[in-house]
Parts: sequence; C-alpha cells; structure tokens
Amino acid sequence: MSKTKTNSSVKRNKKLIMALLTFITAVSAIIFLLPTVLTMANSFMKSSEISANYGVIFSQTESGGKTFISKRVNLKFIPDTVSFSQYVNVLFKSPDYLFKFWNSVILVVPIVVFQLGTAVLAAYAFSRLKGRLKEIVFFLYIILMLMPYQVTLVPNYLVSEKLGLLDTRWAIILPGIFTPFSVFLLTKIMRRIPASLIEAAKLDGAGEMQIFVHIAVPLCKSVLYSVAILVFIDYWNMVEQPLILLSDSSKYPLSVFLSQINTGELGLAFAVATIYMIPTILMFLYGEEYLVEGITYSGGIKG
Amino acid sequence: MIKRNGKQINNSKSKKENPFVIACIIPSLAGVLVFFVIPFLVVFYYSMVDNPINHEFVFFNNFVSVLKNSAFRKAALNTFTFSVTAVPLAVVLSLLLAMVLDYKIPFVSQFRTCFLMPMMVPIASIVLIWQVIFDYNGALNEATSFLGIAQIDWMKSGYCHLVITALFLWKNLGYNMILFLSALNNIPNDVIEVATLEGAGPFYKFFKIKLRYLSPTILFVTILSLINSFKVFREVYLLTGDYPFDKLYMLQHFMNNTFRTLDYQKLSSAAIIMSIVMIMIIGALFIVENKYGEDVEG
Repeated sequence: MSKTKTNSSVKRNKKLIMALLTFITAVSAIIFLLPTVLTMANSFMKSSEISANYGVIFSQTESGGKTFISKRVNLKFIPDTVSFSQYVNVLFKSPDYLFKFWNSVILVVPIVVFQLGTAVLAAYAFSRLKGRLKEIVFFLYIILMLMPYQVTLVPNYLVSEKLGLLDTRWAIILPGIFTPFSVFLLTKIMRRIPASLIEAAKLDGAGEMQIFVHIAVPLCKSVLYSVAILVFIDYWNMVEQPLILLSDSSKYPLSVFLSQINTGELGLAFAVATIYMIPTILMFLYGEEYLVEGITYSGGIKG
Repeated sequence: MIKRNGKQINNSKSKKENPFVIACIIPSLAGVLVFFVIPFLVVFYYSMVDNPINHEFVFFNNFVSVLKNSAFRKAALNTFTFSVTAVPLAVVLSLLLAMVLDYKIPFVSQFRTCFLMPMMVPIASIVLIWQVIFDYNGALNEATSFLGIAQIDWMKSGYCHLVITALFLWKNLGYNMILFLSALNNIPNDVIEVATLEGAGPFYKFFKIKLRYLSPTILFVTILSLINSFKVFREVYLLTGDYPFDKLYMLQHFMNNTFRTLDYQKLSSAAIIMSIVMIMIIGALFIVENKYGEDVEG
C-alpha cells in the first residue's frame, strides 16, 4: 500500500521536475533566439524608426533633428510600420552591398569546394595508409587545427608576402583550402568503414581507386555536407583575414563591411545582416540533421 | 645490399602502400606544408634573429622582450582571466543543458534548433545587438532602471568580462551541447541499470559512472571551448576597437596593433609563445583525461 503511494508521489514529483526543466529550457532557448529575431524584425523598420530607437547609442545619426530620438534605447520587436525600404535601399539604391556579397561568395565557395575535395582524398589516405610516418603527419594536422588564428595569421601573412599573393584573393583562399579541420573530421569517418567491406570489394577485384569512388565517398556523403556547412559558416563570417591580407577594400567580403558599417548607415545594417544570414539559415534549415551529425562526429580527438 | 634488404622486409610484411592512396594525400600535404608548416618554421626563425635584413641570431632576446612588453603582459593576463572563467562555464553549462534535453522533455528538437541558431548570425549583427543591449544607455540598463538599479557602464567597468562571457556562452553552448548529447546517448544502458539495481543514488551514478564515460567528450569540449574562446576576441575587437577598456585589452588587440607596424620579431615571438602555451595546456588536459577515464576506455 504505502509503496504504491510513494510511487505515485514520485511520479508527481517527476512531472513537476519535467515541467520546471521544460520551462527553464524554453526561457533560455528564447534568449538564444532573440538576437536573430531582433535582427530580422528590425530589418523591416524604416530607417527613421531605427534611428529613433537606437539613436542614443549610435549618436551621430543622419537625422536632422526632425525625427524624435528617445533618451533611452528602445528595444522593439514589432515595427511601427512594416516597411521594405531598407531592402529597397540595399538592393536597388546602393549596389555596393551586392558587390560585397559577391566578394564573399567568390572567397568562400572555392574554399569550401576545394577544402572538401583535398580533404576527402587526404582523409582516405589517412584511413588506408599504415605506419609510423602517417601517424606523425596526422598528429601534425591536429596540432595545426588547434592553433588559434592569432597564431596562424602570422605565418599566413609571411607566406602570402613571399609568394606575392598579398592583396589578391588567393592570400585568403589558398590557406583556407588547406585548413586541416575537415581532413581531421573526415578521417574519423573513413576509419569507421568496416574492413570487411573493403576486403570484400578487393576480392571482387576492385582497386583502391574504385574503393574510394564507390565505397568511401558514398558512405561519407552526409558528413561531407555537414563539414561543408561548418566550413562555410566559419569563412562566411571571417573578419580579420581580409583586413590583414587585403589592403584594397573593394575586395572585402560583406562580413568585414558589415562589421564596419558606420552609424550613418545604421538604418541599413539590419537588412544587410538579414540578407547575409539567408545562405547560412537556408543551409541550416535544409540540413540541420546533417549539421548535428557533423558536430557529433567532430567530438573526441582520439577516437 | 641494404636496399635489397629493405625491400625484402617490405615484402615480407606484404603491406606495400598503394600508389593511389599515396597520391591521395599529396595535394593536401603539399598545401599544408607550403601554407602552414614551412611558414611556421620561418616564423620560428624570425623569432630568433634580430631583424629580417641582418639575420643575426639573438636566440631568446625577442621572447624576453615580448614577455617584458607591458601591452603583451596585460593582453595575456586579460586573456587568461577570461579563458579560465569562461571555458569551464561553457563546459559545465552545456553539459547541464544536454542533460536536461536528455531527460526526455518535450520539444527537444525545437530547443536544439534554438540553441544552434547563434552559429548562423553574422558577427557584425551580434556586435550591433550586444551594443544595443549593453551600452550605457542600452536595453539592459533601461530594464534594470525600472527595478531602481543604477545604470552600469557594462563595457567600461569591472562587469566587462561578464558581457563578453555572455557573448561567448551564447555563441558556443549549442555546439557543445550537441557533443554532450551524443556522448550521453553512447553511455551503455546496462551499466546504468545495474548501478540502479544495486541501489546507486543519482549522485553516485553521475559522478562515478556517467562522468567517466563522458570524460573524453569533456576533454574535447574543453579544448574546443579554449580554441573558441580565442575566436570570440574577434567580436570583442569589433565591439571595442583598437584601444578598449583596460580589462578588455586581449591578445587579439595586441596582435592586430602589432600587425599595423609589421614588427616581425614581435609578431613571431608572440605567435610562438602563444602556440607553446596552447600545446602545453592541451597536453596537460590530455594527461588529466587519460588518468581519469582510463578504466572505461577499451
């Protein structure tokens, strides 16, 4: 009797804990989501509303005193009037932003494509080669992967200078292609391919090239996609490499430009940021499962 | 003779490397050598000579002068203080979060999406929003003023580390949480069940069993957070400019400002010092993890 009673009270307790945990998680999830929502919501405000709301902080607004500037910042999620004027300005009146967007694309796409290409080959080699030398080289890759970019920027700068790449996009693209992160991740996946599968293919007369093309690459497809997202996000947001390696600001990607948006253009900043988020958000929504899988596989340096 | 001997040993092992496999690694290895390894050696060389024209060896003089440099010291100290608090927080909080989601609460996949969202936001908008919130006239001060709390200058007072820690956690908890979620899923169920049957309490189960299985992931998340704590300085730099409030002067500021003068010796020595410290910290983490998790690793 008493046992069933305690059981039901345990159950009630469990429900209470569950509700509490759900509530706490929901609150923190909303906090995590806020900046994204805020950016998007503000992109639909007129620039006069933006300067009214945030004028206190970014004090030198272009408004000539006609617009009302509140004494305190006004954090608003719903625009007074929904307006596409920011977008119209960005897309039609200041083509500069579209050029910068294109700059980002031509920097990031080759990095992602060629990094994946070289990495999938190298990962296959690392999973198939034997011997001590391979292990030393792989360890070298891991060390390089762990270096903060404050460290790697110095050798990066030196090599671009020596090869005459400074001020060209290659100074960013080439080191980007050979960043060891994706080699590391893909090697871990390739090592999981069962040896029996490869042995069976060999018995059927398949060479290493056929094993690579018909077994290794297809098995890694989803991970390849997730690595592509991770690499893309990383380079889509780069700021300091272009600042240090390119002196011609017309080659800067939009990420640099966004970060230097001056107060006069505050009314556009949110729309530009939203436009800049679109590719990552699309990739994310399309492949969230893959992304999660990719992150999962990235865990554990030793494994 | 020797050659033939070598060949024989190779043959007897019957493990000759396939030429296609060797060819596979060449593009990547060549790139890594040209763009990372060789320049790294050059950096090391530069850190040992007096200047790029004279090439006179001065051994550790450059290191000593960087270590004595007050800006470097300040930057290193601030970076250290930040990482030492922010990294453990990131590990603990993301583990807690993963455990909550693992508790089978509803809407897990929606919550997961929310926590991953910060990865998508461009840095510039993060910086913009952080300014809106934490400015002296910002949203947070406005909110607290309703409660009768005096305005705080978040970015220019002792609270500044709080602001960037919040930014760091906001950006990185999602990724870490995913890692812990999968690690929690991989703990063999029967081990926990046996422990439950034998009357183990939740604390015992957590500290003596789960934590051991999680230890490789904890190591990895710690290293990852450490690396990411260096990445967050990008945001700090954009938030504060070249010469921020004293306590926010990070290694990133030091490196950026040194880049402007292109002082190779200073840059190289600082880079080498930083990489040595990183390797030492990561090595120490590996040793600790090896000791702690050794009985569960097969």
